[in-house]
Amino acid sequence: MSVISLRKLRRGTTIPALILLAWWAVYAFGITDSKLFVPPGQVLTAAATLSEAGELWPAVGQSLLRAMGGFILGAGIGLIMGVLLGMSSRTERFFSLTLHSVKQVSLFAWLPLISVWFGYEDGSKVVFIALAAFFPVVLNTLEGVGNVPRDWVDVARVSHFTPWQMFARLVLPAALPSIFNGIYLSLVFSWLATLGAEYLLGSGIGLGTLLFESRAEFKMDVVLVGLVLTGFIGFALDIIAKATERRLLRWRENTVGA
Amino acid sequence: MAHAAALEIRHLNKQYIVDNQPMPVLENIDLSINPGEFISVVGSSGCGKSTLLRLIIGLEKEYQGEIRVDGQPIVGTSLERGIVFQEHRLFPWLTVEQNIAVSLLNANQSSKSKHDAVHAHIEMVGLKGFENAWPGQLSGGMSQRVAIARALVSRPEILLLDEPFGALDALTRSHLQRELQTILRQEGITAIMVTHDVEEAVYLGDRIVVMEPRPGRIKRVVDVPLARPRDRGSYAFAAIKADVMADFSEVIAPPEPAPPPTHGLSPSWRFSW
Repeated sequence: MSVISLRKLRRGTTIPALILLAWWAVYAFGITDSKLFVPPGQVLTAAATLSEAGELWPAVGQSLLRAMGGFILGAGIGLIMGVLLGMSSRTERFFSLTLHSVKQVSLFAWLPLISVWFGYEDGSKVVFIALAAFFPVVLNTLEGVGNVPRDWVDVARVSHFTPWQMFARLVLPAALPSIFNGIYLSLVFSWLATLGAEYLLGSGIGLGTLLFESRAEFKMDVVLVGLVLTGFIGFALDIIAKATERRLLRWRENTVGA
Repeated sequence: MAHAAALEIRHLNKQYIVDNQPMPVLENIDLSINPGEFISVVGSSGCGKSTLLRLIIGLEKEYQGEIRVDGQPIVGTSLERGIVFQEHRLFPWLTVEQNIAVSLLNANQSSKSKHDAVHAHIEMVGLKGFENAWPGQLSGGMSQRVAIARALVSRPEILLLDEPFGALDALTRSHLQRELQTILRQEGITAIMVTHDVEEAVYLGDRIVVMEPRPGRIKRVVDVPLARPRDRGSYAFAAIKADVMADFSEVIAPPEPAPPPTHGLSPSWRFSW
């Protein structure tokens, strides 16, 4: 088991290692001394300097806080709306066209409007992130709740389920795999939107602001620090979401064919 | 032993509306079922036998005529009536134990007595040791056992079975038929089973209701006066089975007699070794 996963790990890390090696080599052997990029060592030094100066971790913290705020707001409203729309086909017909049209508007096209309404502070950023988080959750929840098999509804009716039991013990667990797809996407979108919001509505501290300002000051080492951190945080969010999903949907793991 | 209910069906008619046209599904069904009796309902597809069960369980509301359980007209579903569907319909996110307990969610019992009832029924269907298994881990036969336990745990007065073993392989099917018979004898409740397997109908039924399709009507009712457990190989069993099968001979055209072989090996050759 451990031998296999070790081999898997080695296979997966081969390309990153080669890239890192090539990156180091082009500077170490003097193949280039371009100022548009920096050697790997300098990125680490920049990270250490920033960290000591107390600039790095507050920025990361602020970004994460915004991402989570927007995610909770957007995914929460999305979940509630998805359930309401999914439970009643009449409300769904009422809202469906609007929802699917609004969804087509590119997320970044909302920015001018949001910045005018909510300013350039945290409020507008959180609203923007919430908007990004909202759509995947509402659409997937709607689909999951609307497609609970009739066969199961019959079982619930035979057992005399109350409307609340119908919801909590049938609709919600039956829709959970679909809802989770939405929440997972929503989390990814939230983090993307956080960087976008900070970059485009640059004010206050944050990873996006850090990237934006260091680019302006041509500090490529800091830009790369931001880039790497963004990737790692996205990766961590992904792992947390998948672990939560596995835990909540553990019944799906224990399935033999048919 | 649970109380067994009598079921009285009078002038039952049911139609669906298809393309604004009423389409009769059941026409003038009259049937009296005694407490503790096992009724098999056989018929080809489209004879409305599943609709009949859905009406008795209370999942279908609109109909003309009367359906009375112990003299009371049925209104919606009730814990007094249990059903086993052709597909097990277990909730995949609940364990075996939790799936069975679903039937008792709204039963007026202490949680201790619910727990005891669930475990007694797990034992009854032979699934002791699988209490915490997920439905995805069970075979088709085991899943159907859970479904039977779920239907019986609330101690219903009538058990309805909608082609309960139709999706199982032949060996599992005959095994479960035997077990169902034992279980129902213990529980002593009234049962109505819809099937298209005539042998199953004869094996389990006290009476067999033969239905014909379009619209669904009762063609006749056949008594099965054989002692239980029944011997599928006995002459009397075969005679009843053949009698019921004869009702379907018009629907299923007999195969053309095969023409005698005109070439190849001669018949004498075939059996010479």
